Formats: sequence, C-alpha cells, structure tokens
Amino acid sequence: MSHFQNDLRKRAEDLVALYPVKRSAMLPLLHLAQEQDGYLSEEGITEVAQLVGTSEAEVRGTAAFYDMFHLEPVGKYVVGICTNIACLLAGGEELLEHATKKLGCAVGGTSSDGLFTLEETECLADCDIAPVVQVNHRYVRTTTPDAFDAMIEEVRDGKRESEIPSHGTLIRVRRSSGLQAPREEIAAQRATAQAAREARAAKEQK
Amino acid sequence: MATFSAPKIVSSRKDFDDSHTLSRYLETGGYVALKKALGMFPEKVAAEVDAASLLGRGGAGFPAGRKWSMLRRSPISYLVVNGDESEPATFKDHYLVERDPHQLIEGVVIAAYALQVSQAFIFLRGEFALGLERVQQAVNDAYAHGALGSKIFGSDFSLDIVVHPGAGAYICGEETALIEALEGKRGFPRIKPPFFPAVTGLYGEPTVVNNVETMSNLPWIVNNGGAAFAALGEGRSTGTRLFALAGRVKNPGVYEVEMVKNTFRDLIYDPQFGGGLINDKKIKAFIPGGVSAPWFGPDLLDLALGQDEVAEKGSMLGSGSVVVLDEDSCVVRATWRITKFFSRESCGQCTPCREGSGWIERAMYRIEHGGGRLEDLDLLLDLCDNISPGLLWPPQQTTICVLGPSIPSSVNSAISMFRNEFIAHIEHGGCPHD
Repeated sequence: MSHFQNDLRKRAEDLVALYPVKRSAMLPLLHLAQEQDGYLSEEGITEVAQLVGTSEAEVRGTAAFYDMFHLEPVGKYVVGICTNIACLLAGGEELLEHATKKLGCAVGGTSSDGLFTLEETECLADCDIAPVVQVNHRYVRTTTPDAFDAMIEEVRDGKRESEIPSHGTLIRVRRSSGLQAPREEIAAQRATAQAAREARAAKEQK
Repeated sequence: MATFSAPKIVSSRKDFDDSHTLSRYLETGGYVALKKALGMFPEKVAAEVDAASLLGRGGAGFPAGRKWSMLRRSPISYLVVNGDESEPATFKDHYLVERDPHQLIEGVVIAAYALQVSQAFIFLRGEFALGLERVQQAVNDAYAHGALGSKIFGSDFSLDIVVHPGAGAYICGEETALIEALEGKRGFPRIKPPFFPAVTGLYGEPTVVNNVETMSNLPWIVNNGGAAFAALGEGRSTGTRLFALAGRVKNPGVYEVEMVKNTFRDLIYDPQFGGGLINDKKIKAFIPGGVSAPWFGPDLLDLALGQDEVAEKGSMLGSGSVVVLDEDSCVVRATWRITKFFSRESCGQCTPCREGSGWIERAMYRIEHGGGRLEDLDLLLDLCDNISPGLLWPPQQTTICVLGPSIPSSVNSAISMFRNEFIAHIEHGGCPHD
C-alpha cells in the first residue's frame, strides 16, 4: 500500500525514471513527500527510501542536511524572513521581530492556530526588494510591517491560495514531455558524432 | 562617466512583462542562434565561445571555453547548469531564470550541442518556486516547439533537459557539492584532485558545470560571433556582466554593464543604475563581489568593474553582487551577520571551517550584543588565520572547498578598516547604534 496518494505515486515513479541513477531523484521525491504531508513524515521517508532503493537512515540523513525539509510538522504556511546582509541593512531584523508579534510565535515556532510557521532565512536572492519575505517559497514582497500584516490577513482569509499553495507544494508545472529517443539510439548518435569530430581533427592536423 | 553604448546581451527583454513566454522569446529573436549553431560543426561552436573569452559568471571566473576544451579529449557525458544562486546579496540568476528562461534553455542546448551531450540538468535552488515553475514551463514549451528533445529542429542532435530542484543549502553552489546533491546525497564538496568535474563528475563521468548567466550569454555569442563579444570590455574581462546592486542605494537592482568600461562609482551613483545612496548619505564601504569578498572603502569607488582590476586591489568580482554600506550602517553588525551565515552554511566536513565559523560567530555576537573583550580582536584574526593561513588574497586554503577561506574576508576587512568601531562596541558594552 503506497503512502503517496492520488497521482503522487505515479509522479514519483516518473521522477525516478528521469535519472540515470535512481538515487538522483532523492531531493525531488522528498519535495513530493512534503507536498503530500506538509512535512517529512515517517511514512513519507519510508516510501522515498523504497523508491530510490536506499535505507530510511540514508534518506533521513540526507533530508536533515537541507533547510527546506522539515522533519517535524509545520504550519500550512511557512513564512521566511531574510536577515542576511542586504536585508539587515533594510531592516530585516526589525521585520522579523515584528512578525513574531503579529504571528504570536517565536522564530522557529508555529502560530497557535497552526497556520503559520515563522523562520529566519539566509539570503533568498531578491535583494532589491528588501527585507525579503517568502511564504512557502513564494516571494510576497512586503517590506514594511503594515504590508506584512495585510499580507498575513489575506493569506489567513484564503485570498492568496492560487498564488501560494500549501507548504510542501513546490513545482506545480508538470513535465509534459521528454526525450522520446531510446538511450541506445542516443549512444549510437554520440559515437557517430565523436568519430566525425575526430576525423575532422585528424584532417586538420594533416 | 558610465557608458551605455554596449548592447544588452542577457537582459534585453527586461522591459517586457511576458519575457518568460515562448511567444515573446520568438518575437525577440529567440532560438535563431540555436538554428544557426545546429548548422555549424560542434567544435566550431565551441571555438566561438573560446574566441569570446567568456569568463564563467558563477564566481570563480574560469574561462568557459577552457572548461569545455579540457573535456574534448574524452567525450563528455553530462552538462549541468548551476542555478543554486545563494551567495548573499546576489540575485542576477534569479532574474535570468524567472524572467528569461528560454534564453537559458537556448544557451544550454547550444552548449550541449558544442559538447555533444545528450543529457543536461538545470539545478535551481529550491527557494526559486516561481523560477522552477517558469523553467519547467519553458522546457515543456521548448519540447513542443522542437527546440528540445529528439532531433532538434530536424537536425541529428537530440537533448533532454531535466529541471532539478535543490532544497536549501548554500554549499550546493560549489560545483562538486552540487553534483553530490544531484546524485541524491548531502551537499558535501568532493576532495580535490580531481579539480574539475570534467575529469570525474556526475556518476563519475566527465561533466561540465556552468553557471546560469554563462549559459545565457551563448545565444548572443552564436548570433554575433565570439569576436564581437570579445570586442566588448577590456583585457581578460570581455562582454557585459550582470551586477546585482543591493544595500543602502536608492535603486537596488540587476544591471547589465559592459565590463571594465564602467566603475563602481558609475554603478552605485549613476541615475541609470543605483542613483546614489538613500537620503544622499555618505558611503562608508562596499562589498565588491558577494560576502565572500574582502571589502573596499570609498577610495576605490573609481575602480573599473573588471575581474583582474578588482583582483589587483585584493578582492574579487565574484558573483557580481555589490553591497553598499552607508555612514550609519553598523559594520560590526554587518560582519556578525555574515559570519552567522557562514556558520550556518558550513557543511561540517573540515575542522577549520566547521569549528572556526561557529567560534568566530560567537565572538562577533558578543562584540555586537555586549560582552565583547578587547582581546577578541586578536582572537578573531587568529581564528581567521587558522582557516586561511596568512590572510592573503587569493586566500590560502586548509579546507576541501573555498567556503572556509571566504569566512575571514569580511572579518579581516572590517577589523582593519573600522577597528575603532569594534573598540567602541566593546567599550560601550554592545552596539552604540541600538
């Protein structure tokens, strides 16, 4: 019985098939597991381990290395506020402090309604609109406390759902097609191209 | 005086709201270069890139043409695009993947053709949710348009591109760490030698890893020729480059500027670019190439934006990010925050970096927040010296990768340029700006 529900199992298998080596699908699959559960559940980790053909310990150990993977449940919306250099110079620390009051939780904590988890992030590469705020890794571009509060209310009221899906959903665009040629055909093409190139190089040397 | 005569090579679609769509891309000359390239011998395409002297735009500034030629001895298996842009205050690749994904894809197909690779991966940092969606959509559209997949535009060349999301780790920008992440492991940089993935890369096979901006230059180079690209700029720094300007300026943003022909002063003060400092404050210092780079004072504002020009003065253009601190900015707080970043992002493999980064961060924290001691200044420099002996530039290395030796840059710069401010913090028992 698969833990991945609906089309997730099929999407997971398609992802594994994309790579020459199964384990390469690790990070995309962990994102899928988070899409289903909002965080990395035990069952999700077990399923990913089966899909990539490695142990659960390997999966957990890999996941723990990366900031975007949560091994404990988080809110439906993870609010990330950057305080790195460009944001620091633009009041990132002050905005983060404000957010703790607005959401009623500490940095790393979750609001009492379970909706928002607040994080202090490293640079999110959007430094011309600083301090940078992301909700579920979508840039919301609210640089002032008032704009931040208004954004939080909109999210709470469900007005931003099309733009900001629940935590864990990263890429909503599905890969529509892939290379149709079989790998052996590609290998033969490459060998032909390489031979032609070598022949040209030899001719040039003469 | 800033010069604006140079063409916009990678940011020509900046003013279009729909710059990310296939239709806009085709209307503005998209995929013409690819058709031209497919009519050339692959080694001729590579020769054009060689002639352009295109320096890699990721941070190290290694010539892209040479990176490719090292491989031509043995056929290369994989092309990997590094879009893990995480160097603090760098946001040019963010612009390119979100706003011009087809330009990136066209560049990747051209590079793959030159290298005769049939499998490419575009690794984007996971926090680029919109960028990931736009690049995946562009890949889908490129397949439908015949610019990707089997027998591209009716030629004998086939290529598949897989868009691969990262998951939040600065170190994955280091190319061997990126390969590890792409193999589904922790992003631990690999021990050198071999120095280049060209020798042993993805799955142990010869691999080329190039930056997003590097790839995005290729359509223009194929269209206009390597010589036309090399005619821009000066010396080793050819073409144009995207600079991400951030910090206390009126108009922070991504600006495409001809190499060497403009200065830091142009970038920061010209109304077309930064427009000067907020409230016309005085500039205190600026970081010329990401937080891994040593800082410059206002005396170096007239330095040209060129790789060698900046290196000569003891820093680097690095990732193309310029951060401006004004007269009211607290350099101690800025330095502490940078050391906190490195402490969080150290992968933990090498002792000098793992232990040093945390120790430095704690010493910086107590100076900024109260509890600092005068002897901390010597301690900080000693710790830095242990990570990068001699505190030289370019830095000496005691670690597997260059994350470690990047830590001393800001600490050493700040202490040597603003020692009095550190002492003021220590005597005041915390930050006098608070």
